[in-house]
Amino acid sequence: MTLKLTRKLMACIALAAVIGGTAVQANAATLKMAWSQDATGLDPHKQTAFSSIRLLELIYEPLVRLDPDLKVTPGIATSWTFSPDAKTLTFKLDPKAKFHNGAAVTSADVKASYTRILDQATGAAARANYLSIATIDTPDDQTVVFNLSQPDVPLLSAMSSLNAAIVPASEIAAGKVGTSAIGSGPFKLKTWEPNVKEELVANPDWAGGKTGVDGINISVLPDESAILAALRAKQVDFALLNDPLVATLVPNVPTLKLNRVPVLAYHALQLNPSRKPMTELAVRQAISCAIDRKDVLDTALLGEGKLTGPLTMPDFRSNTDDLFCYKRDLAKAKKLMADAGYKDGFSATVIAATGEPPTAASEAQVIQSQLKEIGIKLEIKLMETSVYVDTWLKGDFDMAVALNGGRADPYPMYNRYFTKAGNLQKVSNYIDDTLDTLMQQGRVETDPKKRKEIFSAFDKHLTEVSPWIWLYTGYSYTAQQQNVQGFVPSPDGSLFSLARVSVK
Amino acid sequence: MNYLTRRLVTFPLIMLGVSVLVFVAIRMVPGDAITAMLGTEAGLLTPDQRKALAGYFGIDRSWTAQYWHWLLGALQGDLGLSVTNGKPVLDVILSRFPLTIELALLAVVIALCIGLPLGVFAATRNQKPSDLAVRIFAMLGQSTPSFVIGLLILYILSSVFGILPTMGSAVSLFEDPIGNLKQLILPALTLGFSFTASVTRISRSAMLDVLNDDYVRTARSKGVPALQVIWRHALPNALIPVVTLSGVEFGYLLGGAVLVEKIYALPGLGRLALDAILQRDYALVQGCVLFVALNFMIVNLLVDLAYAALDPRIRLGGR
Repeated sequence: MTLKLTRKLMACIALAAVIGGTAVQANAATLKMAWSQDATGLDPHKQTAFSSIRLLELIYEPLVRLDPDLKVTPGIATSWTFSPDAKTLTFKLDPKAKFHNGAAVTSADVKASYTRILDQATGAAARANYLSIATIDTPDDQTVVFNLSQPDVPLLSAMSSLNAAIVPASEIAAGKVGTSAIGSGPFKLKTWEPNVKEELVANPDWAGGKTGVDGINISVLPDESAILAALRAKQVDFALLNDPLVATLVPNVPTLKLNRVPVLAYHALQLNPSRKPMTELAVRQAISCAIDRKDVLDTALLGEGKLTGPLTMPDFRSNTDDLFCYKRDLAKAKKLMADAGYKDGFSATVIAATGEPPTAASEAQVIQSQLKEIGIKLEIKLMETSVYVDTWLKGDFDMAVALNGGRADPYPMYNRYFTKAGNLQKVSNYIDDTLDTLMQQGRVETDPKKRKEIFSAFDKHLTEVSPWIWLYTGYSYTAQQQNVQGFVPSPDGSLFSLARVSVK
Repeated sequence: MNYLTRRLVTFPLIMLGVSVLVFVAIRMVPGDAITAMLGTEAGLLTPDQRKALAGYFGIDRSWTAQYWHWLLGALQGDLGLSVTNGKPVLDVILSRFPLTIELALLAVVIALCIGLPLGVFAATRNQKPSDLAVRIFAMLGQSTPSFVIGLLILYILSSVFGILPTMGSAVSLFEDPIGNLKQLILPALTLGFSFTASVTRISRSAMLDVLNDDYVRTARSKGVPALQVIWRHALPNALIPVVTLSGVEFGYLLGGAVLVEKIYALPGLGRLALDAILQRDYALVQGCVLFVALNFMIVNLLVDLAYAALDPRIRLGGR
């Protein structure tokens, strides 16, 4: 018996030794990082996926960027001025800014980059945000002047997008932008094995100064529970997490720290107002009144979020108590249904993507049970993400559970859906004169206070006409070892502050 | 024509059929490479932008033209370019294959080393408590999904022992054999667990059949020692179903083990194919499926040849 036990013990120790030997010694100079979804490409102008931007923002730089308070701060440009009529925007570039190939960043590179984005042959989806740019002048190497076809105040904030990153004119001419990854950012891309790993090394010539680490090694660990295990075993210093169910487990581990920040992206139940009976205002409002947003949040997202109206940025966010039916009112909902002639309810289909967000299916289920109480029978259709996107873009749904991206400014966030010329009118299927007018006013108004009033009216009106039911915003999560210092999470999910992070 | 030649001649025909099926199937699924890359932002594209991107992804021509172009390349050994990797499809697949083949081999070896003796043991102990224990183990093994076992192992290792195998990128067998084994042993155990259970069950029932045969009784009555009866006389005849099972399983495993690769973050063929499908990397999907099909056919052929070797009564090709 004793012999057997000893043998077992020895086997255990042997196994532990075999596996334990692989725990790599912490190298203070390199940050070991993990995420579950990898970038899908290296062309900053073309890649729009969240996972791609997270990699590319460490390599490339736009003219300006947003700080964690969503204020515009210098990027490649050190200063900028709008003309009083908001029709010319002038940038002064940082004379120290250099590309990874050693060449200085000049106004010619800025012009070439924007010309590439605006060229339809590039296929840059973000082009839609820069259409007001008529011509670009380069009076000297450090000055760029954008002449606009109409006043466009939100343009500056739109220029902070990584999709407007500045790449070398020479790379554009050589047609190498998607393959070589030459930017001017804090890190250089050393290797990239798609969906496996990437190695970044610090860029010693970065105009922003010295980075806190010598490099970042990123591993793609597709299962987030495995990321948590890797953090526990100290195999990973820093990780990006998407799934609230995994993220909320991090604080249970004393050696780890969870960074949590409210994001701009919002969860919504999109109705399709071009389909009966969602064509009826009363029906849409009834749905809005029948949904208990707090309950959806608590059940599907473990309460990890905050109720929101359409505008999710702190500066523009409305108090949800002032918005239409944010307190559940079943009696009102039933009355509205009866007024519209749907006393007995109706049947409809709701689409949701599997895993995008991870909570989509449970959101759909909670909503299904809530709407049942006013007689609406929902059939849930779960789809693989690309199939969902395709269906969504065609507007081929009665209702859709969606997680839509947010912006620092209301105009670029909603002009695609709720202006008469919006590119995604076929998805929102709703527009009225009030919304369109408010958006145009917000676009040309330069006074921040007045803009706030305009968009507050927009927020209120939109929730009242209820083309969609805005629910809540969640958090963006990163987890790290306690010895990683200096990371500042940002509401747009940016990991740019990794440039300042050090490992003690 | 002998059996082998005839089997080999059918390979290209099957491959052609598979290639057409995959080609059509992946394009029938809603969404294309453009929406896979851009997500909902694809809605902002103008028709001209869309056309430019379709040209970039090589999906701007008719299906027949695309297939023809692909087939002509494939006949010359060029499976096309993976847009997501920016490399030739064959290079990408071959870079992932060593890990997959190693993992599959290890899993099969583990399953045979544990499952076979267990099965034989249980058969000789028919209906006794030890047989029951083995059968319960086998039942559990077959019914527990590999991701449950994988996650359980990771959780226990990381939270109790604070250790983990290397995750993320593959450790090369040739550069660091020990590191490679350390990385693969747990995934292989996870993968081999349910397979061990099937091997146990199959070898147990095959053994039971054989042990009741006349020649075994004869051997026993001649006074051959019990162990020798089992290992020399009975086992070889009980092996045929085990060989079939292992062959089929090995063929599957060569196609990659998606769940285990995902949990242990191993860059194998399974994840490659899955990512290719999710990102609508058409050439890569096509390449992966063809490659897996070819492996499967080769393994099947080897299994059939092994039958003949194991049982001289079997004459392949029916001559």
